[in-house]
Amino acid sequence: MSHKLTTQDVHVWYGSFHALKGVTLSVKPNTVTAFIGPSGCGKSTFLRLFNRMNDYIEGFHMGGEIIIDGRNIYGKRILVEELRKEVGMVFQKPNPFPKSIYDNVVYGLQIQGINDKHVLEEACETSLKQAALWNEVKDNLKKSALALSGGQQQRLCIARTLAVKPTMILMDEPASALDPISTAKIEELILELKSQYTIVIVTHNMQQAARISDRTAFFYLGELIEYDKTVNIFTNPKEEKTQSYITGRFG
Amino acid sequence: MKRKERFVEALLAFSGGLTILTTLGILIVLLIESIAFFNEVSIVEFLTDTQWTPLFADKHYGILALVSGTILTSFIAILVALPIGLSIAVYLNEYAHPRMRQIVKPVLEILAAIPTVVYGFFALTVVTPFLQGFIPGLSGFNSLSPGIVMGIMIIPFISSMSEDALYAVPKSLREASYGMGATRFQTAFRVLIPAASSGIIVSVILAISRAIGETMIVAVAAGQQPRLTLDPLVPVQTITTYIVQVSMGDVEQNSIEFRSIFAAGITLFVFTFVLNTISAKVKRKFQHKYE
Repeated sequence: MSHKLTTQDVHVWYGSFHALKGVTLSVKPNTVTAFIGPSGCGKSTFLRLFNRMNDYIEGFHMGGEIIIDGRNIYGKRILVEELRKEVGMVFQKPNPFPKSIYDNVVYGLQIQGINDKHVLEEACETSLKQAALWNEVKDNLKKSALALSGGQQQRLCIARTLAVKPTMILMDEPASALDPISTAKIEELILELKSQYTIVIVTHNMQQAARISDRTAFFYLGELIEYDKTVNIFTNPKEEKTQSYITGRFG
Repeated sequence: MKRKERFVEALLAFSGGLTILTTLGILIVLLIESIAFFNEVSIVEFLTDTQWTPLFADKHYGILALVSGTILTSFIAILVALPIGLSIAVYLNEYAHPRMRQIVKPVLEILAAIPTVVYGFFALTVVTPFLQGFIPGLSGFNSLSPGIVMGIMIIPFISSMSEDALYAVPKSLREASYGMGATRFQTAFRVLIPAASSGIIVSVILAISRAIGETMIVAVAAGQQPRLTLDPLVPVQTITTYIVQVSMGDVEQNSIEFRSIFAAGITLFVFTFVLNTISAKVKRKFQHKYE
């Protein structure tokens, strides 16, 4: 099976700060990959490279190669907007637009110039069902998204991302701002989505990584310390630093 | 030490109180003189007559003739200032390098610091002749030219406040939009401007307030002919210009002509008061939005 994502000796600097120091790894399609590590270890920076969300940060520059579906996404001929339709993102804090639920979900399609009402309505229903939110909101699609609870807002943000039909979804601590029940729902959702999407998730919660991911990467001070099957990382890590981190000795 | 503190406190309270007293004083004088005016002229005539000729033998007191001049010039000004001001705000917020922003913003604000009489002469001696080259029917005095120039003057009101409003939109919304493949342009017009709409509306209302109260530009370039019209090519008179005309002329104090400027003044006051109230309401709504 070929790889969905491959990175080769990736470095990132913010001004003179060396945030990532030569990260090389590969991700297979239809898997969940978790990035763990203490705050400031570079895991979010690494994740945000995959849809070029670091481009707007002042002083950002990078080295190395990132290949998604066989294309170098930092190559000259890449259209960033096209890349982001392929590689969707769900953020740490739910960030719905101050619009209706419906308008939130169809936003990504509307900016592509799709205005056919039937297409939009169908996409809205499909995406909300995929995100396990449909039953809760189907009678109130015109309601403001800001009136939803935090957990519902985050599932709405996932639906919004799915509507664009990406092949890969990046999640930056998607449940860290949510209560345990909402978190459980999001985790369940991630496992369901795995069959159709490649998912990469940054998490602070090691139980979460253990529950949902196939492979786990442990980062420390900008370096990839260990990358292996999740089972191995949590039961039989090869590196001492990984062992210390997962047993809670630092971080 | 304590006495000094108390003295400073009293001084500060006095300064604050003085501004309130001044405002109250102005309002009271406006009201007294207006009531005297409305004892002689019926409010129905004031609001429905279509002519305003207090200085002529055949006197008419239809404020609409002045209101239309004010609304016409202000409307043209907003028509110029809103698209340009908003474009500048979006440019500074989304596209410009931070250093560029630091230079452009103060430079733009200079526009608001130019004496308005200079704008007035600019309208009369540059813009009007220039426009006459394209529009043959344009009179020497008209509402189009001062309207455009007034629009340029109020650009910084809109650009500066709208930029602040756009800047206040949470970064997370911007990221959400970019993350779905939106361009900067799409993000600005579909997410940021709607999210900042209350702040932008406030900026527009304040700019309209400023345009309605503006005096010198219209006094110099719009003419002194009260006329109920929406034709931007002919001379008109605004409320403010009428007040200038009477104040500068040799109208007898306590005459009906003299009192008519207070009636005009209170009309102007009602306009700006209503606009300021609306903007305060919108602002309050805006503050709750992201908290």
